[in-house]
Amino acid sequence: MTRLHAQDVTLGYEGRTVARDLAVAIPDDSFTVIVGPNACGKSTLLAALARVLAPTAGTVVLDGASIASYRSKEVARRLGLLPQTATAPGGITVGDLVARGRYPHQQLLKQWSDADEAAVAEAMTLTNVADLAPRLVDELSGGQRQRVWLAMALAQETPILLLDEPTTYLDIAHQVDVLELCARLHGDLGRTLVAVLHDLNQAARYATHLIALGPGGVVAAEGPPAEVLTEELVTDVYGLACRVVPDPETGTPMVVPRRPLRSREASADGVVRADG
Amino acid sequence: MSGATGPGLVTGRLVRLAGGRVSVRVGPRSVAVGAVAAAVVLVGAVVSMTTGEFPLTLAEVGETLVGQGSRATEFVVLTLRLPRLLLAIGVGAALAVSGAVLQSLSRNVLGSPDVIGFTTGASTGALVAIIVLGAGTLGTSVGALVGGLVTALFVVALAAGRGTQGLRMVLIGIGIGAALLAVNSWLITTAQLQTAVDAQAWLLGDLGNRGWPQVVALGVVLVLLLPVLFGWARRLALLELGDRPAGALGVDVGRTRTVLLLGAVGLAAASVAAAGPIPFLALAAPQIARSLTRAATPVLLPSALVGAALLVVSDLAVTRLFAPVPLPVGIATGLVGGLYLVALLVRLWRGSPT
Repeated sequence: MTRLHAQDVTLGYEGRTVARDLAVAIPDDSFTVIVGPNACGKSTLLAALARVLAPTAGTVVLDGASIASYRSKEVARRLGLLPQTATAPGGITVGDLVARGRYPHQQLLKQWSDADEAAVAEAMTLTNVADLAPRLVDELSGGQRQRVWLAMALAQETPILLLDEPTTYLDIAHQVDVLELCARLHGDLGRTLVAVLHDLNQAARYATHLIALGPGGVVAAEGPPAEVLTEELVTDVYGLACRVVPDPETGTPMVVPRRPLRSREASADGVVRADG
Repeated sequence: MSGATGPGLVTGRLVRLAGGRVSVRVGPRSVAVGAVAAAVVLVGAVVSMTTGEFPLTLAEVGETLVGQGSRATEFVVLTLRLPRLLLAIGVGAALAVSGAVLQSLSRNVLGSPDVIGFTTGASTGALVAIIVLGAGTLGTSVGALVGGLVTALFVVALAAGRGTQGLRMVLIGIGIGAALLAVNSWLITTAQLQTAVDAQAWLLGDLGNRGWPQVVALGVVLVLLLPVLFGWARRLALLELGDRPAGALGVDVGRTRTVLLLGAVGLAAASVAAAGPIPFLALAAPQIARSLTRAATPVLLPSALVGAALLVVSDLAVTRLFAPVPLPVGIATGLVGGLYLVALLVRLWRGSPT
């Protein structure tokens, strides 16, 4: 079953087509990860799924109806998006920024309810930013800031949450932090998650469903990472020769790039010379 | 009836009315700033009604307002002072709100209607009406409105597209504004001497020699547009996060931009139609309001009150300090506002690492 799917969508900006006739379904209750080379249309696809970009052809279907037919706020109550480029207004506090996630649940004359307060508090606790509430967003480190944006998306309390490269610009410890949080949101709290990630090994570790986009925005493969992430796929999609071995920690597929032939010979020479 | 939110998650005070059916978050600083600005307007109003070449007591003013004055006080109060005062309040508020909305939409301090050519375009429209079409008061107003809207559409269309839209809009607007300034000068050189003198006087931006028709026209525009813009202020604040984040939160980005832009341009053009181009108020008032309230969102109502206060005080200054030949208020706001802009830019560039 799927609440959210894209039906043969063509995506692009101002005449430049990024992906043509793309069909993608997000399985309910999955942690879906979208991977693919740069400029293959991952973020564009995510934007279309969240309705912040209109497809030039085809439709995105949410709960059985075209997503374009909903009121904006109605969409925002069903799915949330953490975009890559969001700018915090200067001088805004962490608490106020997270509180903005409640907008789709509010009305002009009913701007703040107990439910809003509870949702903001819970989102900040989950992302571990509750102590930062009175701080200015400008003053935070990159890792903290990313958690604050995530808290804003969580405060929206949507059953479906789309995350566009949530780990970019974070060091490896903060990357794992964010991904562990996503895994908890998916496992403990039953949210359907869709994330665009660059790191194939992280994708394989956390995803329950993997969608690999190839160059030109075509679905190269989809399914459980253990079945999908193969040497052939990586070579096919990224043009990279590699070996896929079991992750020593989790047993999920782990991609180890092969060295280009030239550097292999060079170091072989080195070994010979060292011996000699 | 009202209660504070729990300790510290979000800023501001929660005001609940009608058993929780209405709940609004209010920043205490916004209320304070608005109250002080309103008090300044009130004091300015009292001073401008009672002092001048023909001093009146407050009681005399009051009697005249309820229709019990002499013919002389009626002339001074109802024909000279009241329309001028109301115009100062209305123009100040209109320009401030227009500036606050446009600065927020363009995410740039310089995105205010006087910097990006919208008010210059409105002036061009008015000059075409005065000089080419020989129009009267109504025609001049319509000309300003049309000129402002056409300029805005032109600038927005040229700035449309992906990338840093705000800065593009500012730069294109400055260019268009410069070109229109040349057009304005050219229009004046083509006019008959007396028309040219009238037009030049109008171009300085002044609240004198205006009357009830301008007050009523501006009043109608304010009554129509201010509630719309105040109502959409929350969406405006969300747009500051970026188009995609705002869209993801349920803001209809395209429609919101259009409504806010048209509203802001309408206010700017209406104020030009009423008083001529009064420089820098639209730039300075929202910035002053925002830094005083320390708000992270555009504060439209405090901006409106600050704008009204600034213009009432400026007009008092030029009429009372330079009596009996008052300066046009545009010269005062131009001088003070220009210095303010320089100070603002110096602080901005010092603050940023680039």
